[in-house]
Amino acid sequence: MKRLYFTLSVLMVASMVLTACGPKVIPFACTDAIGCVDIGPTDPVHIAYLLVVAGPNETLGIDSRNGIEIAIDDSGGKIANHAVKLDGEDGGCSAEGGQSGGTKLAADSTIVAVIGTSCSSEARAALPMLSTAGFVVISPSNTAPDLTEAGNANNYPGYLRTAHNDKIQGAVAAKFAWEFLKVKNAATIHDGSLYADKLQQVFAENFTTLGGTITVQTAVDPNQTDMSSVLADIATGQPELIYFPIFLPAGGLIIRQAKTTPGLENTVLMGADGLFSPDVVTAAGDDVEGFYVSSPLLTGAAYDAFVAKYQTKFGKAPISIFHAHAYDAFMMIKAAIEKVAVVDADGTLHIGRQALRDAMFATKDFSGLTGVLTCNATGDCANPTIGAYQYHKGAYPPELVWPK
Amino acid sequence: MLRTWRQRITFTDIMIWAIGLAIVGVVVVGTIKTLQSGKYEPSVWLDLTIKGLAVGGVYALIAMGYTLVYGILRMINFAHSEVFMSGPITAVFLANALAQSGFLNKQPLLSMLLITLLSMAVSAVVAMLLERIAYRPLRYAPRLVPLITAIGASFFLQYTFRGLYGSGFKGYPTVTSLQGTWNIFGVEVFKTQTVVIIGAILMMAILYAIVQWTKIGKAMRAVSEDKEAAELMGINVDNIIVFTFALGGVSAGAAGILYILLFPIVWFYMGFIPSIKAFTAAVLGGIGNVPGAFVGAMLLGLLESIGPNLFLDGLGILNPSQLKDAIAFIVLVLILIFRPSGILGERITETKA
Repeated sequence: MKRLYFTLSVLMVASMVLTACGPKVIPFACTDAIGCVDIGPTDPVHIAYLLVVAGPNETLGIDSRNGIEIAIDDSGGKIANHAVKLDGEDGGCSAEGGQSGGTKLAADSTIVAVIGTSCSSEARAALPMLSTAGFVVISPSNTAPDLTEAGNANNYPGYLRTAHNDKIQGAVAAKFAWEFLKVKNAATIHDGSLYADKLQQVFAENFTTLGGTITVQTAVDPNQTDMSSVLADIATGQPELIYFPIFLPAGGLIIRQAKTTPGLENTVLMGADGLFSPDVVTAAGDDVEGFYVSSPLLTGAAYDAFVAKYQTKFGKAPISIFHAHAYDAFMMIKAAIEKVAVVDADGTLHIGRQALRDAMFATKDFSGLTGVLTCNATGDCANPTIGAYQYHKGAYPPELVWPK
Repeated sequence: MLRTWRQRITFTDIMIWAIGLAIVGVVVVGTIKTLQSGKYEPSVWLDLTIKGLAVGGVYALIAMGYTLVYGILRMINFAHSEVFMSGPITAVFLANALAQSGFLNKQPLLSMLLITLLSMAVSAVVAMLLERIAYRPLRYAPRLVPLITAIGASFFLQYTFRGLYGSGFKGYPTVTSLQGTWNIFGVEVFKTQTVVIIGAILMMAILYAIVQWTKIGKAMRAVSEDKEAAELMGINVDNIIVFTFALGGVSAGAAGILYILLFPIVWFYMGFIPSIKAFTAAVLGGIGNVPGAFVGAMLLGLLESIGPNLFLDGLGILNPSQLKDAIAFIVLVLILIFRPSGILGERITETKA
């Protein structure tokens, strides 16, 4: 019996000595304020998306997802030598969809970062959950100003975006209307969505500052088909321009019905990036001729190469506008993970959630497809040039008219 | 006399009357204020009225599908919205092909006839398949079963068409000869709206004639009265039910083409809103009653079209146009409170209900 105790203690001491002198295997201790994600040697890095990939606005989200997939291809399918696992939920471009999709994603603790959402309304519902779950959330297409406004209830920790803030787009649209179109008064229509409401508000403020007059700011329901009552209301103010930064089908129906509303036959119509889609051409038919939209201006050799890859992989030109933004979002996540991840000898990856957020917010002079990106303290990373485009019947994409 | 009268009045009655009077009061005050402000020219009201009648005509034809099926089977065919959608979403391909070849503008009448026929045929076939596959096996099941099946069938059809044609929006080409206005008795009226109103009235008249004056219409009414007795009289009830669904489908297909003359954009989800309105119209007029559906639909179309500007604008309510659905459904609630069987509704007896 004594012999056994002796042997055991010798073995114990020996093992302690050996461990101390052998290769350093100090177990990783997570000191991160909001926890860590541990990824086993053969496990993938889990990136999720929350985009609108089904239903009427699906081109917006599918286009972004295509951008992510190309970014994964360009990274060789790997982040920090781990495979990438990409899956996600449909957000439906609505608060309800954001709520249900966000709930599902928030329950999955393997997720490192979420790319999404597509629409600002989705973000408002999903962010409380995704932010509490400790994820980095980076949106390729949310543009509502309040999401990144310091002190605003809708500004959540860990949320960033590569899309432009509508404060920029609304201002550019107002400047375009005043300087290029030379209109003096305008009416605006929104559809009750966070995106459209804020954008038309920014437009109206800037247009008034420039010296213009807003005849009326009104709204339609996104499912409304008969626009005659709202157009009759607008016609009483005799505006030279109607600005309606909304979506399809309501946007398409306004284009078609404005032409037949007495008093609005020659009024200039203008939308925003929500109506930058091939579907606008098919839906509005011949009436699309002359319709203006504002949208990010994407140029450069890197972007052209991206479009070529898109064409090869998906067999068509980009179907919406936020593919490059999603590509940049993924690349920023990849860079940040590779910066903060602690790698064990066996290849296990430890990612501190707060550290990852800090690294994302510290992104500086990041060279992306949409420009050189630098994130500010509230999560606005975009460096956008907004252009104005004009549709011609049967042609997509619309022609760039400003700036020339 | 006074005593019995006072005993019959309950607290609920008083509340309901109070709500009704409050709504009527709001409508009257809003109307007076709007008219006093003089914001809209008389011609605007006329435009809105005609547009309302046109939309009402479309609702009426869709409502026929609900009301005919309800009359015979005492069930609400909630998949009728997809019967309505299937016609125009298929015919858009023919319309665009005709437009590209230039035939549409050379022979507008013939082209529109072809497009309408295709739309009617597709809608009728979908309606008949629906009856055969989804409803006939459940004919003697409890009443809730076919209702739930209808909702399931509705989703199935929606996503089938989404799979077939994609989820994007497609536009109908504009018919050049239907652009602009006609001068009718000194009033400028849009050609499309006139065509829609005339088309809807014509189609309604045909349907009414079929139900009232043909042999098969008589059989339909017999089946509606009493299925067993009709069967004993030698009427093939199955055939009559299939015919009813086909008739509803043809009517929905025609409604689809009139609808796209007003709102020329189609997609797989387009059926939902117009059909829920048409269903409202059918209930408004008295479900199961053909002229009732027409009256209800016209009333609903008018209220929706002029309601927001007339009732709400004067009260200073922001974005009144967003509330047009609210107006439509408040009218429905009012009608159901004061005339539960609808404007022209039959008093439903115990045996029938």
